[in-house]
Amino acid sequence: MNRNLLRQVVIKTLPVMTGYVVLGFGFGILSENAGYGFWWVLAMSVFIYAGSMQYLMVSLLTSGASVISTALATLMVNARHLFYGISMIDRYKGAGAKKPYLIFALTDETYSLVCHGDTPEGVNPHLYYFLVSLFNQIYWIIGSVLGAIVGSAVTFNSAGIDFAMTALFVTVFVEQWLTAKNHIPAAAGVCITVVCLLIFGGDLFLIPSMILILAALSLGRPVFGKEIQS
Amino acid sequence: MTDTRAASLIAAAAIVTALLRFLPFLFLGGKRKTPEYITYLGKVLPYAIIGMLVVYCLRGVTPLNWPHGLPELLAVAAVVVLHLWRRSTLLSIAGGTICYMVLIQFIFK
Repeated sequence: MNRNLLRQVVIKTLPVMTGYVVLGFGFGILSENAGYGFWWVLAMSVFIYAGSMQYLMVSLLTSGASVISTALATLMVNARHLFYGISMIDRYKGAGAKKPYLIFALTDETYSLVCHGDTPEGVNPHLYYFLVSLFNQIYWIIGSVLGAIVGSAVTFNSAGIDFAMTALFVTVFVEQWLTAKNHIPAAAGVCITVVCLLIFGGDLFLIPSMILILAALSLGRPVFGKEIQS
Repeated sequence: MTDTRAASLIAAAAIVTALLRFLPFLFLGGKRKTPEYITYLGKVLPYAIIGMLVVYCLRGVTPLNWPHGLPELLAVAAVVVLHLWRRSTLLSIAGGTICYMVLIQFIFK
């Protein structure tokens, strides 16, 4: 492993670093204020490692939720991770000992960085994906633990800084749009999710969106499958 | 809530999250060749999912009430324009985020 590779990984993950340190920081403050400080924050960021779920976790802990309702809430909020696995099956094949961690650490943001597979030249792709995944989790842990330690002392008005994550996904979306051979999958993803959001509301729309996206892409396979796979 | 109870809630969330991440690999990731349908999904899903994630991030927007989603609309437009202009991920994200912060802190208060 050389310094050049590490530099490339840092550059590639900088947007996620910004977003994770900020969002992790917010989570750390929230959890600390709810009475779940340093060790709890560290445990959640190491073992759960799913941003929106950890935010929700704070309210589940303070409202005295049951284990069953926590498991169900996790299922609803994180079901989208099933899709990430499906898209990475071929790419993570043959990753050997790194594979379990690659799968464990497949968050929204890591997925958005690895789903293209544009590995720097001359680098083992699995080592590259592994470093990207590991660095991202380290950023998340540092951000959240810092939030738990110094959170209440911050006076800088950081309202809106969490937009960094939205901006990251918009950037990836534009980049994919510019390189895609066919725009139907991207357009379908946006349109179906918007319709489901309008029908089912902000708490329930993700799972119906996923089912409909899967159905639309399956139906579209005879139409544009050849073009995309070529 | 006792510490044990809190720890078991965290364990439940951790186990379900990991399960969701591992399931596709457990069912489809064997040594044999990946079915062509799954390879196809692996190619098209990223496009659709990133679209879904953009909407997911913007789910809190209220088009019918003030500020009518204008800060989000303008900031997303800024990201798109910056990205088309320079295609630098960092510039697009930093520019869009600063734009959004200024909009909600000073203009759409």
